[in-house]
Amino acid sequence: MSLESMLIVAAIIFCIGLYGALARRNFIAVLMSIELMFNAVNLTLVAMGRWLVPFAVQEQLSTVLTGQVFAVFIITVAAAEIALGLGIVFAVYRTNESVDLTDAATMRH
Amino acid sequence: MWFEDAVFWILAVVAIAGSVGVVLVRDLFRASLLLSLVFIAVGGFFILMNAEFLAVVQVLIYVGAIAVLFIFAVMLTRDVQRGNTPNRLQVPAAFIATLLLVMMVATVVTTDWTTLAGAGLENKSRVAQIQAVGIPDAARLTAAGLTADEVTDVQTGGLADLLIGEFVLPFEAVSLLLLAAAIGGLALARGRGR
Repeated sequence: MSLESMLIVAAIIFCIGLYGALARRNFIAVLMSIELMFNAVNLTLVAMGRWLVPFAVQEQLSTVLTGQVFAVFIITVAAAEIALGLGIVFAVYRTNESVDLTDAATMRH
Repeated sequence: MWFEDAVFWILAVVAIAGSVGVVLVRDLFRASLLLSLVFIAVGGFFILMNAEFLAVVQVLIYVGAIAVLFIFAVMLTRDVQRGNTPNRLQVPAAFIATLLLVMMVATVVTTDWTTLAGAGLENKSRVAQIQAVGIPDAARLTAAGLTADEVTDVQTGGLADLLIGEFVLPFEAVSLLLLAAAIGGLALARGRGR
Protein backbone atom coordinates (compact mmCIF):
# COMPACT_ATOMS: atom_id res chain seq x y z
CA MET A 1 0.00 0.00 0.00
CA SER A 2 1.51 3.27 -1.13
CA LEU A 3 0.39 6.65 -2.41
CA GLU A 4 0.77 5.56 -6.03
CA SER A 5 -1.28 2.37 -5.69
CA MET A 6 -4.04 4.20 -3.83
CA LEU A 7 -4.17 6.95 -6.48
CA ILE A 8 -4.29 4.37 -9.28
CA VAL A 9 -7.16 2.49 -7.64
CA ALA A 10 -9.05 5.80 -7.25
CA ALA A 11 -8.35 6.68 -10.90
CA ILE A 12 -9.73 3.32 -12.05
CA ILE A 13 -12.93 3.77 -10.01
CA PHE A 14 -13.28 7.35 -11.32
CA CYS A 15 -12.97 6.26 -14.97
CA ILE A 16 -15.48 3.43 -14.51
CA GLY A 17 -17.88 5.99 -13.05
CA LEU A 18 -17.20 8.36 -15.95
CA TYR A 19 -17.98 5.63 -18.47
CA GLY A 20 -21.18 4.79 -16.64
CA ALA A 21 -22.28 8.43 -16.46
CA LEU A 22 -21.74 8.87 -20.20
CA ALA A 23 -22.98 5.56 -21.58
CA ARG A 24 -26.12 4.62 -19.59
CA ARG A 25 -29.68 5.50 -20.49
CA ASN A 26 -31.28 5.06 -17.08
CA PHE A 27 -31.38 8.22 -14.93
CA ILE A 28 -30.75 6.30 -11.68
CA ALA A 29 -27.78 4.41 -13.15
CA VAL A 30 -26.20 7.73 -14.17
CA LEU A 31 -26.64 9.06 -10.61
CA MET A 32 -24.99 5.88 -9.25
CA SER A 33 -22.02 6.40 -11.57
CA ILE A 34 -21.69 10.00 -10.34
CA GLU A 35 -21.58 8.66 -6.77
CA LEU A 36 -18.73 6.34 -7.82
CA MET A 37 -16.81 9.37 -9.12
CA PHE A 38 -17.40 11.27 -5.84
CA ASN A 39 -16.02 8.31 -3.89
CA ALA A 40 -12.92 8.12 -6.07
CA VAL A 41 -12.24 11.82 -5.51
CA ASN A 42 -12.65 11.36 -1.74
CA LEU A 43 -10.14 8.49 -1.83
CA THR A 44 -7.66 10.71 -3.68
CA LEU A 45 -8.06 13.58 -1.20
CA VAL A 46 -7.61 11.37 1.86
CA ALA A 47 -4.61 9.62 0.28
CA MET A 48 -2.99 12.98 -0.49
CA GLY A 49 -3.62 14.11 3.09
CA ARG A 50 -2.24 10.85 4.46
CA TRP A 51 1.01 10.78 2.52
CA LEU A 52 1.65 14.36 1.38
CA VAL A 53 1.46 17.66 3.19
CA PRO A 54 2.33 21.02 1.60
CA PHE A 55 5.85 21.98 2.58
CA ALA A 56 4.77 25.35 3.99
CA VAL A 57 2.43 23.85 6.56
CA GLN A 58 4.44 20.85 7.72
CA GLU A 59 5.28 22.60 10.97
CA GLN A 60 1.67 22.78 12.12
CA LEU A 61 0.47 19.26 12.71
CA SER A 62 -3.29 19.91 12.59
CA THR A 63 -3.06 20.85 8.90
CA VAL A 64 -2.34 17.18 8.18
CA LEU A 65 -6.11 16.74 8.33
CA THR A 66 -6.93 19.24 5.54
CA GLY A 67 -7.58 16.45 3.02
CA GLN A 68 -10.09 14.85 5.38
CA VAL A 69 -11.88 18.19 5.87
CA PHE A 70 -12.28 18.48 2.09
CA ALA A 71 -13.62 14.92 1.99
CA VAL A 72 -16.21 15.79 4.67
CA PHE A 73 -17.41 18.71 2.53
CA ILE A 74 -17.60 16.50 -0.57
CA ILE A 75 -19.66 13.91 1.29
CA THR A 76 -22.10 16.65 2.37
CA VAL A 77 -22.41 18.05 -1.14
CA ALA A 78 -22.89 14.52 -2.52
CA ALA A 79 -25.71 13.89 -0.06
CA ALA A 80 -27.47 17.12 -1.08
CA GLU A 81 -26.92 16.33 -4.76
CA ILE A 82 -28.39 12.85 -4.48
CA ALA A 83 -31.45 14.08 -2.55
CA LEU A 84 -32.20 16.64 -5.27
CA GLY A 85 -31.25 14.27 -8.10
CA LEU A 86 -33.70 11.62 -6.93
CA GLY A 87 -36.35 14.34 -6.52
CA ILE A 88 -35.81 15.24 -10.17
CA VAL A 89 -35.98 11.53 -11.10
CA PHE A 90 -39.42 11.28 -9.51
CA ALA A 91 -40.58 14.52 -11.17
CA VAL A 92 -39.45 13.22 -14.58
CA TYR A 93 -41.05 9.85 -13.90
CA ARG A 94 -44.36 11.52 -13.09
CA THR A 95 -44.50 13.45 -16.35
CA ASN A 96 -42.84 10.95 -18.73
CA GLU A 97 -43.77 7.58 -17.15
CA SER A 98 -40.13 6.50 -17.62
CA VAL A 99 -36.67 7.24 -16.24
CA ASP A 100 -34.97 7.05 -19.63
CA LEU A 101 -32.65 10.00 -20.18
CA THR A 102 -33.13 10.02 -23.96
CA ASP A 103 -36.88 10.46 -23.39
CA ALA A 104 -36.23 13.29 -20.97
CA ALA A 105 -33.72 15.11 -23.17
CA THR A 106 -36.17 17.86 -24.14
CA MET A 107 -36.56 18.99 -20.48
CA ARG A 108 -40.13 20.20 -20.90
CA HIS A 109 -43.48 18.68 -20.11
CA MET B 1 2.87 -4.53 7.11
CA TRP B 2 2.02 -7.54 4.92
CA PHE B 3 -1.38 -7.60 6.60
CA GLU B 4 -2.07 -3.99 5.54
CA ASP B 5 -0.99 -4.83 1.98
CA ALA B 6 -3.20 -7.91 1.85
CA VAL B 7 -6.23 -5.94 3.10
CA PHE B 8 -5.46 -3.18 0.60
CA TRP B 9 -5.40 -5.53 -2.39
CA ILE B 10 -8.54 -7.35 -1.30
CA LEU B 11 -10.35 -4.02 -0.91
CA ALA B 12 -9.02 -2.82 -4.26
CA VAL B 13 -10.32 -5.93 -6.05
CA VAL B 14 -13.71 -5.65 -4.31
CA ALA B 15 -14.03 -1.92 -5.06
CA ILE B 16 -13.04 -2.17 -8.73
CA ALA B 17 -15.09 -5.29 -9.44
CA GLY B 18 -18.03 -3.72 -7.62
CA SER B 19 -17.87 -0.54 -9.66
CA VAL B 20 -17.64 -2.50 -12.91
CA GLY B 21 -20.72 -4.37 -11.74
CA VAL B 22 -22.57 -1.12 -10.93
CA VAL B 23 -21.99 0.10 -14.46
CA LEU B 24 -22.60 -3.14 -16.37
CA VAL B 25 -25.19 -5.17 -14.42
CA ARG B 26 -28.56 -5.05 -16.14
CA ASP B 27 -30.75 -5.32 -13.05
CA LEU B 28 -30.75 -1.90 -11.34
CA PHE B 29 -31.62 -3.38 -7.94
CA ARG B 30 -28.47 -5.52 -8.02
CA ALA B 31 -26.52 -2.49 -9.20
CA SER B 32 -27.55 -0.53 -6.11
CA LEU B 33 -26.58 -3.42 -3.84
CA LEU B 34 -23.18 -3.56 -5.57
CA LEU B 35 -22.93 0.22 -5.09
CA SER B 36 -23.27 -0.18 -1.32
CA LEU B 37 -20.55 -2.86 -1.49
CA VAL B 38 -18.25 -0.31 -3.18
CA PHE B 39 -19.13 2.25 -0.48
CA ILE B 40 -18.15 -0.22 2.26
CA ALA B 41 -14.86 -1.00 0.47
CA VAL B 42 -14.08 2.73 0.26
CA GLY B 43 -14.79 2.96 4.00
CA GLY B 44 -12.23 0.19 4.46
CA PHE B 45 -9.70 2.25 2.49
CA PHE B 46 -10.38 5.18 4.84
CA ILE B 47 -9.62 2.99 7.87
CA LEU B 48 -6.39 1.85 6.20
CA MET B 49 -5.42 5.51 5.76
CA ASN B 50 -6.00 6.38 9.45
CA ALA B 51 -9.19 8.32 8.67
CA GLU B 52 -11.46 6.47 11.08
CA PHE B 53 -13.93 9.32 11.48
CA LEU B 54 -14.42 9.51 7.71
CA ALA B 55 -14.94 5.75 7.57
CA VAL B 56 -17.77 6.01 10.09
CA VAL B 57 -19.29 8.94 8.19
CA GLN B 58 -18.94 6.98 4.94
CA VAL B 59 -20.86 4.00 6.29
CA LEU B 60 -23.52 6.18 7.98
CA ILE B 61 -24.20 8.54 5.08
CA TYR B 62 -23.40 6.52 1.96
CA VAL B 63 -24.48 3.02 2.99
CA GLY B 64 -27.11 4.13 5.47
CA ALA B 65 -28.73 6.95 3.55
CA ILE B 66 -27.68 7.21 -0.10
CA ALA B 67 -27.75 3.49 -0.97
CA VAL B 68 -31.15 3.13 0.71
CA LEU B 69 -32.44 6.16 -1.26
CA PHE B 70 -31.21 4.52 -4.47
CA ILE B 71 -32.98 1.26 -3.63
CA PHE B 72 -36.21 3.19 -2.95
CA ALA B 73 -35.83 5.06 -6.25
CA VAL B 74 -35.27 1.80 -8.16
CA MET B 75 -38.31 0.19 -6.55
CA LEU B 76 -40.58 3.21 -7.17
CA THR B 77 -39.65 3.88 -10.80
CA ARG B 78 -38.72 0.47 -12.08
CA ASP B 79 -38.63 0.00 -15.87
CA VAL B 80 -38.85 -3.78 -15.63
CA GLN B 81 -38.64 -4.49 -19.35
CA ARG B 82 -35.68 -2.29 -20.15
CA GLY B 83 -33.45 -2.29 -17.05
CA ASN B 84 -30.03 -0.70 -17.25
CA THR B 85 -29.51 -0.38 -21.01
CA PRO B 86 -26.61 1.45 -22.68
CA ASN B 87 -27.15 4.41 -25.04
CA ARG B 88 -25.54 5.17 -28.40
CA LEU B 89 -22.51 6.86 -26.81
CA GLN B 90 -21.06 3.57 -25.55
CA VAL B 91 -17.95 3.45 -27.76
CA PRO B 92 -16.94 7.15 -27.43
CA ALA B 93 -17.59 6.97 -23.68
CA ALA B 94 -15.33 3.93 -23.31
CA PHE B 95 -12.68 5.68 -25.41
CA ILE B 96 -12.79 8.89 -23.32
CA ALA B 97 -12.72 6.97 -20.02
CA THR B 98 -9.77 4.81 -21.12
CA LEU B 99 -7.88 7.85 -22.38
CA LEU B 100 -8.41 9.68 -19.08
CA LEU B 101 -7.36 6.57 -17.13
CA VAL B 102 -4.14 6.21 -19.13
CA MET B 103 -3.36 9.91 -18.63
CA MET B 104 -3.98 9.78 -14.87
CA VAL B 105 -1.99 6.60 -14.35
CA ALA B 106 0.91 8.01 -16.39
CA THR B 107 0.87 11.19 -14.28
CA VAL B 108 0.80 9.24 -11.01
CA VAL B 109 3.65 6.97 -12.07
CA THR B 110 5.94 9.67 -13.50
CA THR B 111 5.48 12.25 -10.73
CA ASP B 112 8.24 12.24 -8.12
CA TRP B 113 6.18 12.30 -4.91
CA THR B 114 7.92 13.59 -1.79
CA THR B 115 5.96 11.60 0.73
CA LEU B 116 5.76 12.19 4.45
CA ALA B 117 7.77 9.04 5.05
CA GLY B 118 10.55 10.60 2.97
CA ALA B 119 10.41 13.77 5.06
CA GLY B 120 10.48 11.76 8.30
CA LEU B 121 6.99 12.93 9.21
CA GLU B 122 4.96 9.73 8.84
CA ASN B 123 4.81 9.03 12.55
CA LYS B 124 3.65 12.56 13.37
CA SER B 125 0.93 12.50 10.74
CA ARG B 126 -0.29 9.18 12.10
CA VAL B 127 -0.51 10.70 15.55
CA ALA B 128 -2.27 13.81 14.26
CA GLN B 129 -4.77 11.77 12.33
CA ILE B 130 -5.78 9.82 15.41
CA GLN B 131 -7.11 13.22 16.48
CA ALA B 132 -10.09 12.81 14.20
CA VAL B 133 -11.89 10.89 16.95
CA GLY B 134 -10.38 11.58 20.35
CA ILE B 135 -7.80 13.41 22.42
CA PRO B 136 -4.72 11.24 22.97
CA ASP B 137 -2.74 10.82 26.12
CA ALA B 138 0.19 13.25 26.49
CA ALA B 139 2.48 10.51 27.80
CA ARG B 140 1.88 8.38 24.71
CA LEU B 141 2.58 11.34 22.42
CA THR B 142 5.87 12.02 24.19
CA ALA B 143 6.73 8.35 23.89
CA ALA B 144 6.04 8.64 20.13
CA GLY B 145 8.87 11.18 19.93
CA LEU B 146 7.08 14.54 19.89
CA THR B 147 8.39 17.63 21.66
CA ALA B 148 6.28 19.49 24.24
CA ASP B 149 5.16 22.14 21.71
CA GLU B 150 4.10 19.48 19.22
CA VAL B 151 2.15 17.66 21.92
CA THR B 152 0.04 20.76 22.61
CA ASP B 153 -0.39 21.30 18.88
CA VAL B 154 -1.66 17.75 18.41
CA GLN B 155 -3.88 17.88 21.47
CA THR B 156 -5.62 21.06 20.35
CA GLY B 157 -5.81 19.93 16.73
CA GLY B 158 -8.29 17.65 15.05
CA LEU B 159 -11.05 17.50 12.50
CA ALA B 160 -13.63 19.38 14.58
CA ASP B 161 -11.09 22.07 15.42
CA LEU B 162 -10.30 22.62 11.73
CA LEU B 163 -13.99 22.58 10.76
CA ILE B 164 -15.09 25.32 13.14
CA GLY B 165 -11.77 27.15 13.07
CA GLU B 166 -9.98 27.57 9.79
CA PHE B 167 -12.81 26.22 7.60
CA VAL B 168 -15.73 27.91 9.36
CA LEU B 169 -16.86 29.81 6.24
CA PRO B 170 -17.23 26.74 3.96
CA PHE B 171 -18.83 24.97 6.94
CA GLU B 172 -21.56 27.61 7.16
CA ALA B 173 -21.94 27.67 3.37
CA VAL B 174 -22.49 23.90 3.39
CA SER B 175 -25.17 24.24 6.07
CA LEU B 176 -26.92 26.81 3.86
CA LEU B 177 -26.59 24.39 0.91
CA LEU B 178 -28.23 21.62 2.95
CA LEU B 179 -31.12 23.95 3.85
CA ALA B 180 -31.55 24.90 0.18
CA ALA B 181 -31.42 21.21 -0.82
CA ALA B 182 -34.09 20.31 1.75
CA ILE B 183 -36.42 23.07 0.53
CA GLY B 184 -35.74 22.20 -3.12
CA GLY B 185 -36.38 18.51 -2.46
CA LEU B 186 -39.73 19.37 -0.86
CA ALA B 187 -40.68 21.63 -3.79
CA LEU B 188 -39.74 18.94 -6.33
CA ALA B 189 -41.56 16.17 -4.50
CA ARG B 190 -44.72 18.23 -4.05
CA GLY B 191 -45.19 18.75 -7.79
CA ARG B 192 -47.30 21.33 -9.59
CA GLY B 193 -50.79 22.40 -8.56
CA ARG B 194 -51.10 20.21 -5.48
